[in-house]
Amino acid sequence: MVMIIVFLLGTFFGVILCNGEVISWFRIQEMFRFDSFHMYGVIGSAVVVGALSMAIVRKLGFPSVEGTPIVIERKTLGKGTVFGGLLFGVGWALTGACPGPLYALAGGGYVAYAAALLSAIGGALVYGLVRDRLPH
Amino acid sequence: MDLFASFWPWYITGPLIGLYVPLLYILVNRHFGVSSTFRDICAAAIRPGARYFQYNWREHRWRLVFVAGIAVGGCIGAGSLRASPVTQISSDTLSALAHIGVKDFATLIPGDLFSLASLATPRGLLLVVGGGFLVGFGTRWAEGCTSGHSIHGLATLQGASLVATICFFLGGMISTYFILPLILRLP
Repeated sequence: MVMIIVFLLGTFFGVILCNGEVISWFRIQEMFRFDSFHMYGVIGSAVVVGALSMAIVRKLGFPSVEGTPIVIERKTLGKGTVFGGLLFGVGWALTGACPGPLYALAGGGYVAYAAALLSAIGGALVYGLVRDRLPH
Repeated sequence: MDLFASFWPWYITGPLIGLYVPLLYILVNRHFGVSSTFRDICAAAIRPGARYFQYNWREHRWRLVFVAGIAVGGCIGAGSLRASPVTQISSDTLSALAHIGVKDFATLIPGDLFSLASLATPRGLLLVVGGGFLVGFGTRWAEGCTSGHSIHGLATLQGASLVATICFFLGGMISTYFILPLILRLP
């Protein structure tokens, strides 16, 4: 049951990315050129609503559907955050798509983006193979 | 169905995305994030020997279900919008892009750069395969992407995610102003 809901949420997320123009290469260019508020509005309001709704969920002591307490997963700061972040940023501006839109565009029948998605999976594969030799 | 045949303003799109943070914690007690599925797919389908891929990806099955949903949603959404003209893109951006050699401004994606035919050109290959590779490699090195760091991480007030987001934008600006113009000079 939970998996069905997760699937439907994913489906709606794909629709949001399309109708919100997050999949638009032009919108991402506009963002990196600081020429429009659109993407800043999308990301900024997502962060604000995410923060407020998480604060409410935690304040009310809401459990997960399994009944376990909700535990915020922590991200660790390291050299990888900087180097990996910069590399991802370069790729994001070239493809005009971060990982969510890559899946949406590939599913939307854009052949070039299906290739970009496969290449991203290849990027993760190569990262896994050379990981021990990289600073973290 | 006009709602789905038109573009939504940021104040509809952003809040809807923000709600995924608590929804996924409540449903699976995990953080909203997409790029970790690149690793899951490697672990599940390619099964490389490296230590990075020795974990039980089945525990994270929900993420694969979620991104399968995104692809289906993309099929629904992109289908209804495929022919939609580019809306309200800043004229500064459009003229800057025309200046560095972008020609197709008809839809959401410039067809002259992102098509099956463009994959056979050096610049198409660099944009699609090179760009895609960096998205996968970079997000795994940084342990997150726009969803995991910029939305979930910032919404839960995590310092690492603020650093990551700043780096995403620095990388994106370097790419936009210095790398993209060079790639577009190629045939």
